[in-house]
Amino acid sequence: MLGRTANGLFWMFRYLERAENTARLLDAALRMALTRDLATAEAEWRSVIATLGLQRAYDAAHDGYDAQSVWNFVLRDPSNPGNVRAMFGAVRSNARTARTNISSDVWEAVNDNWMKIDAMLSRPVGQTAVGEVLGAIRRAGTQVHGAFDGSMLRDDGYHFSRAGTFIERADSTARILDMKYFLLLPSLSYVGSSLDTGQWEQVLRSVAGARVYSWLNAGKIEARGIVEFLVLDDRFPRSLAFCRNALRDCLAALARNHGVEGSCHALMRDADTRISHLTVEQIFEAGLHEFLIDFLARDAAIARAIAEDYRFHA
Amino acid sequence: MIADDGNFDEMFDGSGQTRPAYAEYCRWYDEQPAEFLRRKNSEADDSFRRTGITFNVYGEDAAEERLIPFDMVPRIITAGEWRRLSRGIEQRVRALNSFLYDLYHRQEIVRAGRLPARLLQSNDAWLANMVGFTPPGGIYTHIVGIDLVRTGPDEFFVLEDNARTPSGVSYMLENRETMMGMFPDLFSRIAVESVSNYPRRLARSLAACVPPAFTGGKPTVAVLTPGIFNSAYFEHAFLADQMGAELVEGSDLRVVEGRVQMRTTRGYKPIDVLYRRVDDDYLDPLSFNPDSMLGVPGIMDVYRSGGITIANAPGTGVADDKAIYSFMPDIVEFYTGEKPLLPNVQTWRCADKDSLAYVLDNLAELVVKEVHGSGGYGMLIGPTSSKREIAAFREKLIAKPDNYIAQPTLALSTCPIYTRAGLAPRHLDLRPFVLVSPEGIDITPGGLTRVALKKGSLVVNSSQGGGTKDTWVLKD
Repeated sequence: MLGRTANGLFWMFRYLERAENTARLLDAALRMALTRDLATAEAEWRSVIATLGLQRAYDAAHDGYDAQSVWNFVLRDPSNPGNVRAMFGAVRSNARTARTNISSDVWEAVNDNWMKIDAMLSRPVGQTAVGEVLGAIRRAGTQVHGAFDGSMLRDDGYHFSRAGTFIERADSTARILDMKYFLLLPSLSYVGSSLDTGQWEQVLRSVAGARVYSWLNAGKIEARGIVEFLVLDDRFPRSLAFCRNALRDCLAALARNHGVEGSCHALMRDADTRISHLTVEQIFEAGLHEFLIDFLARDAAIARAIAEDYRFHA
Repeated sequence: MIADDGNFDEMFDGSGQTRPAYAEYCRWYDEQPAEFLRRKNSEADDSFRRTGITFNVYGEDAAEERLIPFDMVPRIITAGEWRRLSRGIEQRVRALNSFLYDLYHRQEIVRAGRLPARLLQSNDAWLANMVGFTPPGGIYTHIVGIDLVRTGPDEFFVLEDNARTPSGVSYMLENRETMMGMFPDLFSRIAVESVSNYPRRLARSLAACVPPAFTGGKPTVAVLTPGIFNSAYFEHAFLADQMGAELVEGSDLRVVEGRVQMRTTRGYKPIDVLYRRVDDDYLDPLSFNPDSMLGVPGIMDVYRSGGITIANAPGTGVADDKAIYSFMPDIVEFYTGEKPLLPNVQTWRCADKDSLAYVLDNLAELVVKEVHGSGGYGMLIGPTSSKREIAAFREKLIAKPDNYIAQPTLALSTCPIYTRAGLAPRHLDLRPFVLVSPEGIDITPGGLTRVALKKGSLVVNSSQGGGTKDTWVLKD
């Protein structure tokens, strides 16, 4: 497979994942804002902007954090070049680049959803439409992944696509967790104290883990349990451990197919030693924030190494 | 219903009777409820959009993608008509290849006084670095599109030869897919020659033209595209996908150890046959346009030393020139020793004084085209132009007569299109696609029918508001 095509697949799935995660984050904030007072709601929208790393661009364009300004900024505002509409544009143009290495089913799922979502986001999104828009974005991810699972040959292209998915997903979960931890638990002394369970529920909701967490933990919301769930529980498909396992499998398959390991495999092993056999107590002891920053840096380094090892660029 | 401008209509004769080729189709059509046809007509658009069969329009927003309008009434050709056409096409394509070989070798045709040497000297598509070089298998035009027009029951003319990089074959294939999806019952009632194996035939044809450096095994074939912003990108991706070939851009390629190689995740890998959809000028910045980012520096050296096959061969555009076209009857006769089976449209070369005088006197009745033009740009259609447009064109023509040829305004045949008000005749042409390899000449039955959607219009180009139809060749 061409290096450029591998790059196209990798980024097609990163952008798809990013769009879906962004929609979940907005959805959770929306719900939170509806059940709280105005000041809390504003703080909530502010934290969405901060989690997405859009603080500076947003402040340059807006004065306050009202709900509609925030979601329109995130979803479609041209002053935010990384808006969701642009992400879908990138999903589609990467899919076009890699057109000969994806099945027609995958292409049609991408193209269909792009047409729908691009049209929805061509106008400002109002209060009554936002739920529908966020739902459509989530379903786009589901449909593309479904077509992908059901129709793609399990060759290099499959593994590059999944590598993009899990690098992006891990990145997103780590960022959401870090943002909330930072806001709610500024020092270790807070750990274990009585929590704003609404905030934590919201974290779980933004990674689609609220229901499954309650089911596993009999509804008991506490920081330790949530961190264990989101970082270490390798059964939950958005946990850091799950993403790392999946990424490890992709890289192993690529090494098998290519008959050689690259620098990404060494980085992966190194990263593995940091997370395997770790307990939640150890994470808290060393600092969750420090742990997450380290995790994000390693995730990014592996992504760069994949691009290098597999000749994504000339 | 009778064609309203007196031109030959392919579906109905002068008294409104259905012609035999369309008899079964019209029976079927009349049985369909109006509501069903209306619904199908709008479904067709959705299906094209979903598949992403779009083209980008030059000069518009880069993100702008358009559909070429599709008309759901097929254009039907009988088996007998097709047999005659394909004999003529084969003869013409054979002559084109011999002609190109000759031009870049001894130029016997010039020596024999049958073609003026100045036509080559003034030809922009002429490539000095092809002189004396024979492409692998001696094939210059691996893929040719011959544009045909019809004016009567047995009157077919060649309007244009596309020996450079004919496009549109993806529409031929997708139009058929769409028709079969929408009207399966039609295909069980009427036996139509299949077109769907074109990509396989193309792959086979290209693989039969491996270069001397080919080391055996399965030849590596790649399609070279200018990239996703090119107007025909969909077609490039479509063909690569259907052929199981790689779709490469200039930035993927590099000359390594005397071969053109593509950057794969496993390192560089040599390409044997490159089906390029990039113009000659952009193919090699070392040999041609130095600013080109679309090509491969050094590919011409590799080509000349037998390291790669380029399809179509560089320099074949010489034959697309409309001044050369005017000599095609001579060219066919010179190389095949036979009378041309398919006539040219009468053509006045404005470079000749007498012809120029005639053309200037009759501008209002003629079609005037640029010698190197294509896509329907830069032409004058006398009968549909205003006095002012004609006057402006006259100036251009007098300033640079060598740059133009003129043809009579043809009474192009019509075939009905579907409109909400019922069937309505529109003018059309036909571009059959021809594959050439050392194994022979292979013509896919049918081709791309382009149709002017505006009433009375003679311009069928998609860039000028034309549409397409599925083209049926009936089985015997």
